[in-house]
Amino acid sequence: MIQLFRMAFRDLGRNRRRTFFSILALAMGLALLILMASFINGEMSSAMDTTIKLQSGHLQLRQQNYDETKASLKWENLIEDPAQVTRQIATLEPVIAASARLFASGIVASRDQSTGVQIVGIEPDSITNNPYREGLVSGEFLTAGDRDGILIGRPLSEKMGLQVGDQINLTANTSNGDVSDQLFTIRGIYSTETRVFDSAIVFLPLEKAQAMTGTENHASTIFVLLKDKDQTDAVVNALQTSRYKILTWTKMNEVIIQTENLSNAYMSLFYLIVLGVTATVIINTLIMAVFERTREIGIFSAIGMRSRRIMAMFLAESSLLAIGGILLGLVLGALAVAYLERNGFYIGNMAVGGGGFLIRDTVYAKFSLEGTINVTIMAFIVTMLAGLYPAALAARMEPVEALRAEK
Amino acid sequence: MEVTKVENVTRVYKIGKVETNALRGVSLSIQSGEFTALVGPSGSGKTTLLQLIGCLDQPTSGQVYINSQEVSKLSRNQRADVRRGTIGFIFQFFALIPTLSAYENIEMPLLLNGHSASERRARITELLAAVNLSDRANHRPDQLSGGEQQRVAIARALATKPSLILADEPTANLDTENGKQIMDTMTRLNQETGITFVFATHDPRVIHYARRVVTLQDGRVVDNSLHDMGGSDPDL
Repeated sequence: MIQLFRMAFRDLGRNRRRTFFSILALAMGLALLILMASFINGEMSSAMDTTIKLQSGHLQLRQQNYDETKASLKWENLIEDPAQVTRQIATLEPVIAASARLFASGIVASRDQSTGVQIVGIEPDSITNNPYREGLVSGEFLTAGDRDGILIGRPLSEKMGLQVGDQINLTANTSNGDVSDQLFTIRGIYSTETRVFDSAIVFLPLEKAQAMTGTENHASTIFVLLKDKDQTDAVVNALQTSRYKILTWTKMNEVIIQTENLSNAYMSLFYLIVLGVTATVIINTLIMAVFERTREIGIFSAIGMRSRRIMAMFLAESSLLAIGGILLGLVLGALAVAYLERNGFYIGNMAVGGGGFLIRDTVYAKFSLEGTINVTIMAFIVTMLAGLYPAALAARMEPVEALRAEK
Repeated sequence: MEVTKVENVTRVYKIGKVETNALRGVSLSIQSGEFTALVGPSGSGKTTLLQLIGCLDQPTSGQVYINSQEVSKLSRNQRADVRRGTIGFIFQFFALIPTLSAYENIEMPLLLNGHSASERRARITELLAAVNLSDRANHRPDQLSGGEQQRVAIARALATKPSLILADEPTANLDTENGKQIMDTMTRLNQETGITFVFATHDPRVIHYARRVVTLQDGRVVDNSLHDMGGSDPDL
């Protein structure tokens, strides 16, 4: 066995340039796949984290008949006395924080411009709002007693040419089907680096939002954050309420999970394409080696080497190519992933948030150990399979024909 | 004792629709310890006959025996097994593996035969000395002259102590001096070891080394005679 690999190593060294480029082809393919796996991993886990943090939380409680798509403000669709409900939930050990939120549709107007927005009434002091508070790019955050302050996102401020201190007119639906409008002063401008969210959401203090929409002491949802999302089911069991509908982060973010599954399926296809191209390079290299060494194959056969051993000689070469390509590919892949983990990949306006999930403007790779192991094993198997045909070609040669070949 | 025997052997090559009769009913028996030349012009069937005796090829009809075993119907791997244990080859084009040193080239058949490392070392040292190449053990073929390469090939052919060594035009690619050395070496080893040598040649300077000359023409044996003239020719 040692002799087999020693010979394979020397044979690969006969045409170092060709061997190097074959190894490089495999390495580039593998590095690309590792990078893609880590990129998708980063994108999907970031999308889930961002969506949980900004939009869904780990749990939400809603009135049984609340229809999220209509952002209903009818009292019978809302949670009454939300403060009492949040206090009860907050007593549970796995809960970090729970806070009431009210959703309403509205229109922001300034000078001759207007745009549709979603108004979110929040309890400004709750730590569930930290992502918005930490994302302040100018001005200050809302306070609970603020009667005319509003928080808007940076893309909206840029689109409408607004700054902190400017006044805007906000029109909102009310619980009785009317509309109300009021002038608000921009207290702060925030950025969560999630364009689709920041351009559509404006924040008001909960009490002000309730007053404006005629929903006194009511909320659309109770937004709950947990210490560990794996405790979700335990909290759901502990709540044991039939009065409210409990939505978990998995239920609310099904589309992310489906998208991840779809991405994984596409990645499998992508693996096959990249590794298929790489396999073609390996096959080509080994076939050339077989034809160049036809006479040597005849000599080995003449001194009594069996077909299986001739085959093993060429498979040893493909395994060395695989090992070389994989080692180099792991290094190149790790460097590329490390770069994108640190610097990210700016997708800017390409960031979408359809179907209720949010992708940040910059996607950061997240090293995927599982993905890396999978593609490494696949690369090795594909290279060995690629070596099978040339090896079989060599093994099937008739010694008398092989000996007759030109050197 | 009979080392090899061919009985009424034919070999027809088919290239496209054209059939070429390389051998047309050849029968021959070679005894242990012989030093036999197959001679004849190009295309007479010398190499084809060597390949059939060497189990590298199979006859179209007829039988080939090696040490009384019928080998003409054996599978590819079975023929490889016969070659590995019984037959050594020396080719016109030296036929060494370019990536292996002289030592490693000689070692290859011993490895295939499953000899231990110490057995291999002892045997290779002995063989390198026998062909006067002890100081060239670690040289690769491209670092050896044509004559030295052919001596390595002889040592490799002898490695497993075969009962038969087949040499196809062993001096064809060598100058006169190296050709003489090769023939002297083969003759000496035949006399010292008793191993049977059969070599194909159309070089008249080499033929007289043989104690028996089998002449082929158009795929048939036309002469099969004993010569009483072993040893070297000073005029070679």
